Amino acid sequence: MALLQISEPGQSLDPHQRRIAVGIDLGTTHSLVAAVRHGVSECLPDGDGHVILPSVVRYLPGQGRQIGMDAQANSAQDPANTIASVKRFMGRGLKDIAHPEKLPYRFVDQPGMLGIETVQGTKSPVEVSAEILATLRYRAEDSFNDDLYGAVITVPAYFDDAQRQGTKDAAQRAGINVLRLINEPTAAAIAYGLDNAAEGIYAVFDLGGGTFDISILRLTRGVFEVMATGGDSALGGDDYDRALADWALAQVPGIQAETAEDKTRLKTAARTAKESLTASTSTTLSVELSSGKLCVQVDRTDFETTTASLTQRCLSAVRKALRDADLSKDDVKGVVMVGGSTRMPQVQRAVGDFFGQEPLNNLNPDEVVALGAAIQANQLAGNDSAGDLLLLDVIPLSLGIETMGGLVERIVPRNQTIPTAMAQDFTTYQDGQTALALHVVQGERDLVQDCRSLARFTLRGIPPMAAGAARIRVTFTVDADGLLQVSAKEQLSGVEARIDVKPSYGLSDDQIASMLQDSFATAQEDMQARALVEARVDADRMLLATRSALQADGHLLSSSERSAIDQLMDALRQAIATQTDAKALEDQTLALAKGTEAFAAERMNQSIQKALAGQSIQNV
Amino acid sequence: MKSLQANDFELFGLPQQFALDRAQLDDLWKTLQREAHPDRFAAQGAAAQRVAMQWSVRINEAYQRLKDPLKRAAYLCELRGVPVQAESNTAMPPAFLMQQMEWRETLEDTEAVGALEDLADEVAAERKRVQQLLGNLLDGAGDAQAAVGQVRALMFIERFAAEVDAKLEKIL
Repeated sequence: MALLQISEPGQSLDPHQRRIAVGIDLGTTHSLVAAVRHGVSECLPDGDGHVILPSVVRYLPGQGRQIGMDAQANSAQDPANTIASVKRFMGRGLKDIAHPEKLPYRFVDQPGMLGIETVQGTKSPVEVSAEILATLRYRAEDSFNDDLYGAVITVPAYFDDAQRQGTKDAAQRAGINVLRLINEPTAAAIAYGLDNAAEGIYAVFDLGGGTFDISILRLTRGVFEVMATGGDSALGGDDYDRALADWALAQVPGIQAETAEDKTRLKTAARTAKESLTASTSTTLSVELSSGKLCVQVDRTDFETTTASLTQRCLSAVRKALRDADLSKDDVKGVVMVGGSTRMPQVQRAVGDFFGQEPLNNLNPDEVVALGAAIQANQLAGNDSAGDLLLLDVIPLSLGIETMGGLVERIVPRNQTIPTAMAQDFTTYQDGQTALALHVVQGERDLVQDCRSLARFTLRGIPPMAAGAARIRVTFTVDADGLLQVSAKEQLSGVEARIDVKPSYGLSDDQIASMLQDSFATAQEDMQARALVEARVDADRMLLATRSALQADGHLLSSSERSAIDQLMDALRQAIATQTDAKALEDQTLALAKGTEAFAAERMNQSIQKALAGQSIQNV
Repeated sequence: MKSLQANDFELFGLPQQFALDRAQLDDLWKTLQREAHPDRFAAQGAAAQRVAMQWSVRINEAYQRLKDPLKRAAYLCELRGVPVQAESNTAMPPAFLMQQMEWRETLEDTEAVGALEDLADEVAAERKRVQQLLGNLLDGAGDAQAAVGQVRALMFIERFAAEVDAKLEKIL
């Protein structure tokens, strides 16, 4: 009689087990996590039933921190330590911030990425984002009562390499296995199932609390290409609130909102009025201010007239993006609405009138990006075998190398489909030159100073030759997430150097040392235990992958190859059960990975062969 | 046996010729990427991911070369033993150089959008003519030596077309 197996949560190795994979929308004002449950993508609520997590982190004196609603509620009394909208700082230096003096933070100017001085020391945008991501990770793990397998995280389509790398690093710091970074508009399109629709061009209109983004996407058989992006980084629902508040004050002479508290109250009242005008045509804006009570009746038409110029600004940005993509509005097959501010009827109507069609708006505009990311995560985790969606992203900005005179030599042009690898040959310009400094930049301009600097590294040990004799091949490899690796090789001598382009977070050696010290001080045993759990999860994952590969294509192996892999699997199983040293377990996992590399390559050959065979039959 | 070393045409299962159906190429590209893209192996080990990445990169590289008529023609010449060597060999027939000089003078002297658009149309027509000629030389006559001359001409034409576009963009 067959025995039923009962395994502990998180320990099961059943190959048909569902892997917990989520989509995370790491937003400027708020963040969400979603997952596919029973075939439906849905956002996961916290213990109190809230789906939205405000993207706010407050550092408390000592050790503690508040994240989300608690942090937001206290932002007025502790602005310097309460960091909101950190996404605007990701991968940015202080010089990139428009008006740092208007923000309540003590910025630290560091090369690469700025820092923010808090009561708990200097925090980088990566660290702050990691706090938000870890909160969402715990929420997901609590919802499923299981470890998280991985996540798809969304980023704006215009994010450059430094911003994407920063986002990925924040996720890793939060202990999240990143299955893929995808573009926010692409995620919204997936949520609406546009990948199943016929080919066409779609616009994604994303009006949030503080930012407006417009993206033009082209879909061809499950391939998503970003054709153009645009928008206004200082235009959002907050501007509509402010306009309504100013209008209401002007209706009642003699009442002002002068104190900071008055301003906050008035803005909150305006926001409430705005929200009720979505469903009804008239409401009352009522608020107690220090100079008296303000009570004004607002008709929807008053609100719409007052904010008409804001709506027009959105449409101007839409027109510009269409021009950039060389398209007319008639080319657009559908419009997807994203962001809470698209609930306003005047925005819906303006977009509908402009494109001459009803926009897609039946999904919750706050949730739509996370919902789409969850669908993609579910597929990448292998839970949805019927899933046929393939995102072939393009690189948003060109990548190049600085050459003589501060000019940029473009190596990977923008809109190239990724993953990609491209190479270009360079040479030395001085006799006997033995080193070559390489400066990697991203951007569309011809001068280095107008582009974003990504990394610098040096190829050393070039044998002395006459100027122009060396042949240095610089290769740029961009992976499916749009992240860059650069290598340089002198062809005659074989001397090589490479770099994973990572933004330096501008921490000095002292700071790094003290950070390490801190982390050692805080419960070293906990860290070891954690490392061991993570190593076990990785080992399980590797065993599972190998087992399903053997099931599918085991016949490709000779019996000796097969037994070598079996031995490695046995050894790894043994190690999972008995090994208490994380590093040793990792090594064992690596050994299995190495031992199956040739098998993986062979499987790929076979599947390509099969794909082509199928294709030629179709074409007969 | 397909391998990473197969040439672009072999990789896509296409005949080694200049004539090509763009829609078919796009279909083949997506079919191949569906098999090889690292996302398909996201749930598997790092080794499978690495191999997938190599294949996916290789497929994209071949696709970029095959879809572009200029790159495709240059690649065919190279496969047939006559590399283009654009850097070391810039000798062009006098008539061709005369036409290039005339075009450049027109471009420098013209500020009107209409006249620039006329110039762009003329360049586009010339580009099409040379592409057709390349098809005849590579697929019909099988004369890679003569085709190399036309590949170089096409390089000049495309560079000039880009300059016309850049000027138009600046004015518009």
